[in-house]
Amino acid sequence: MSKYIIRRALESIPVIIGVSILVFMLLRLIPGDPAIAILGERATPENIAAIRERLGLNKPLPEQYIIWIGNLLQGDLGNTVRGNIPIANELRSRFPATIELSLVAITLATVIGVPMGIFSAVRRNSPVDTATMFGALLGVSVPIFVLGLLLIYLFGVQLKLLPFIGRIDSGIKLETRTGLFVIDSILTGNWEALQNTLSHLILPAITLFTVPLAIIARITRSSMLEVLNQDYIRTARAKGLGERPVIFSHALRNALLPIVTIIGLQLGTLLSGAVLTETIYSWPGIGKWLFDSIIARDYPIVQSVTLIVSLIYVIINFTVDILYALVDPRIRVA
Amino acid sequence: MSTITQIKSSEPVKRLNRDNVRLEMLRDILRRLWRNPSARIGGFLAVASITIAIIVPLLDNYDAVRDNNLSARYQPPDCLVGWLTSQLNDVEKQPLSEMSCQYPFGADKNGRDIMRRVGHGLSVSLSVGFFVVGISLTIGVAIGLAAGFLSGWVESVSMRSMDVILAFPSLLLAIALVTVAGASLTNGMIAIAITQIPTFARLSRSMAISIRNTEYVMAARSVGAGGFSIMISHVLPNSLAPLIVQATLMLGTAVITTAALGFLGLGQQPPWPELGKMLAESQPALASGKWWVMLFPGLTIILIVLGFNLLGDALRDALDPRLRGSD
Repeated sequence: MSKYIIRRALESIPVIIGVSILVFMLLRLIPGDPAIAILGERATPENIAAIRERLGLNKPLPEQYIIWIGNLLQGDLGNTVRGNIPIANELRSRFPATIELSLVAITLATVIGVPMGIFSAVRRNSPVDTATMFGALLGVSVPIFVLGLLLIYLFGVQLKLLPFIGRIDSGIKLETRTGLFVIDSILTGNWEALQNTLSHLILPAITLFTVPLAIIARITRSSMLEVLNQDYIRTARAKGLGERPVIFSHALRNALLPIVTIIGLQLGTLLSGAVLTETIYSWPGIGKWLFDSIIARDYPIVQSVTLIVSLIYVIINFTVDILYALVDPRIRVA
Repeated sequence: MSTITQIKSSEPVKRLNRDNVRLEMLRDILRRLWRNPSARIGGFLAVASITIAIIVPLLDNYDAVRDNNLSARYQPPDCLVGWLTSQLNDVEKQPLSEMSCQYPFGADKNGRDIMRRVGHGLSVSLSVGFFVVGISLTIGVAIGLAAGFLSGWVESVSMRSMDVILAFPSLLLAIALVTVAGASLTNGMIAIAITQIPTFARLSRSMAISIRNTEYVMAARSVGAGGFSIMISHVLPNSLAPLIVQATLMLGTAVITTAALGFLGLGQQPPWPELGKMLAESQPALASGKWWVMLFPGLTIILIVLGFNLLGDALRDALDPRLRGSD
């Protein structure tokens, strides 16, 4: 097993290097002079020179890359163009908001999607199955931002049931420990804050979870269908086992692999889907920050967010592969 | 002498049979598609949106720069709403002809006809979708076939590069590329195409690998056919089915991603209409209850994407030999 982990880790090194080169080149791909692109046409030559100096643009490319990677390994992502604040600090303070939203979304998607898929597979071709599968198709066909706006209009504007801006009302005080507001409010026993932050979570979480929900339900269904056709399921039924143990302890356990994989992969996709969701709901996470920095043309922030999210994506993929091999010995040998 | 003439005379018959088989296969696929209701709905939606996308720019010469009519600011879609309520309440209300139907879908903050802009926006979205899938399909298949067939360093270099692109969540990579290249529809198209290349490359590479060791490819090799001609005449036709399915599904993804870039202000620039941009502009109006500014562009995207997804799923069912005979 450790041999497999080492081999798989070695394989991801070129990918990580490739990712870092591509992200590094992003700033250098800006047509014309990046310094002018950042500061605008009316910038003074002194300011342009200062920016070039600060971003290290006046050194040869390979040297720039080495310096950049060196800083990166020490946790230094550089500073923002506007305000000259360390990007790493800012990222750390905004990340919990995105993590909280993504975790709630993926948990809901799993808790609802897996049973939906199982039910659909067991009652194959029934009206419930057809409806579920059509719902799943609709789920992947409705863009996040359309759904988000619809929900804001229905539940926020018309019914006035739920808040749709930010994470918590500005009047409510909450002592932050982890940065995850739900956990923080439970830890400090602040029930008013808990209720408020939960109500702020509902619409963004629903917006973000539909695509993973649809995909998880579809994969669960097809994976279950494949397993339910196997001989050992027929054997289990033949020896008189009830339908419930057949489905849950025989079929589901063997169908779990692709389901676990897809849940892991969806978590990575959620992080980028968060850009749209956070923008719509003014959710103060890294997605909203990315959007704001695009508008402000603060390229170093765009570069850093892209790098961090892709690295997380690579790490999730790696972890999923390892989990996969842990559960299925055949993968290790192949 | 007689045997030679026999063989010669049997030659055209063989050809005809092969054509017959192909025709029969095609007919079989179409029959399967027709039997599947989701293929019919998806096909209808796809054909309808393509038709609108072609016809609208031909019939209507739209000048977005001059389209401005502040007197019709946020004009609601009275006509449509009136008709719907009279249908639902089953009472004879104001007849349709007496209502002002100048703005069937209402008007936006500049008093622009939303129906007209949705039509042009749909046209933009679909053209971008087809362009993106066309480019990424061509480049992806070329890379995939070369990698699968030539193997060696070509394979490792090209497939590792594909891995690097796949290491990014696709929307994020598209956002990053467009941000640095400059926000425009063209840059958006190129960026989305880049993110889609690996899917086609991996698919066609796996097809090439599975086909390169088959007997008919070996037979073609043994009579002296070169790598390129084998790829074109044997591997490509046999990879067509999964590629068509993937391309149909990717079209939906391309339409969504284009609209997402537009929504973030990274696609089509104002005042030209694009569905995602229209949605972004509708958000401030939503708070004051002006739902029509958002609903019609939103529904249009949903219907286009749903259409191609339904069609893609049905095509997969019809083309996948493993599913044959199971229904």
